[in-house]
Amino acid sequence: MDYLYAFLIGGGICLIGQILMDTTKLTIPRILVIFVVSGVILTGLGLYEPLVNLAKSGATVPLPGFGYSLAKGAMDGTEDGFLAALSGGIKNTAAGVAAAVAFGYIVALIFSPKSKR
Amino acid sequence: MANRQQKQVKQQGQSGQSGQTKKPSKETTKNYEQYVKQFTPKPKYFLNSIKAFVVGGLICSCALYIQNMLMDKGLNEKDAGAYVTVILICLAQLLTGIGVFDSLGKFAGAGVIVPITGFANSMVAPAIEYKKEGLVLGVGAKLFSIAGPVLVCGITTAAIVGMIAYFIK
Repeated sequence: MDYLYAFLIGGGICLIGQILMDTTKLTIPRILVIFVVSGVILTGLGLYEPLVNLAKSGATVPLPGFGYSLAKGAMDGTEDGFLAALSGGIKNTAAGVAAAVAFGYIVALIFSPKSKR
Repeated sequence: MANRQQKQVKQQGQSGQSGQTKKPSKETTKNYEQYVKQFTPKPKYFLNSIKAFVVGGLICSCALYIQNMLMDKGLNEKDAGAYVTVILICLAQLLTGIGVFDSLGKFAGAGVIVPITGFANSMVAPAIEYKKEGLVLGVGAKLFSIAGPVLVCGITTAAIVGMIAYFIK
């Protein structure tokens, strides 16, 4: 049952992205930014948490989930004071960002550009 | 038919240019836009949406499967989620390096771009492309040409949300 919800919600978020790509002139970087920022704002309003509880990976793996962990870290940090509220977002996503930067750099060093078919 | 319209557009374009201003008139640009529109292939909305939905859903289901597997081995939910994110990112970056991600992206569109895999791809793809400009200003800088704005906007909004939550409490 969990898998069904993950499939439906995750697929649904991607579907929204596809519709945005096809019907508007938004470029891909803009769409990525919109998704992350909307994830943060929805979490701040308390609307994204129920979705995560329902669909788990279905809601955390798409980009709004990245925004969710940013906002979640910041909001959880408020209990430990101002500094924790400021740094909580980055702390919560540090593993993903560090892996993306380090592994991305290594991959970019190893592989050479492919000619486009 | 198209040829005739092309002629019409050309004529109108000329009449537009024969005016005093050197810039093409509004009418000309409008006609030109219509002319271009005829030949740009329309995206197959329905098919694209189905592909994005299915591929995106499958990625999320696989992620949940990996997370459950890791949790069976004794990790708590938060750590397992972080591991899943790291695994997906590394996988997507590796596929980008090999050159498979491009074809995947062409097939599934937002299905692979909206999950965290798209974020990982957007870091490596420009970095590889600009490798010739050096290891610092080429690879190092271009790694963030798309991911940078995403991180900046995301972290800024999160900081603001954190501040507001702190002062409301």
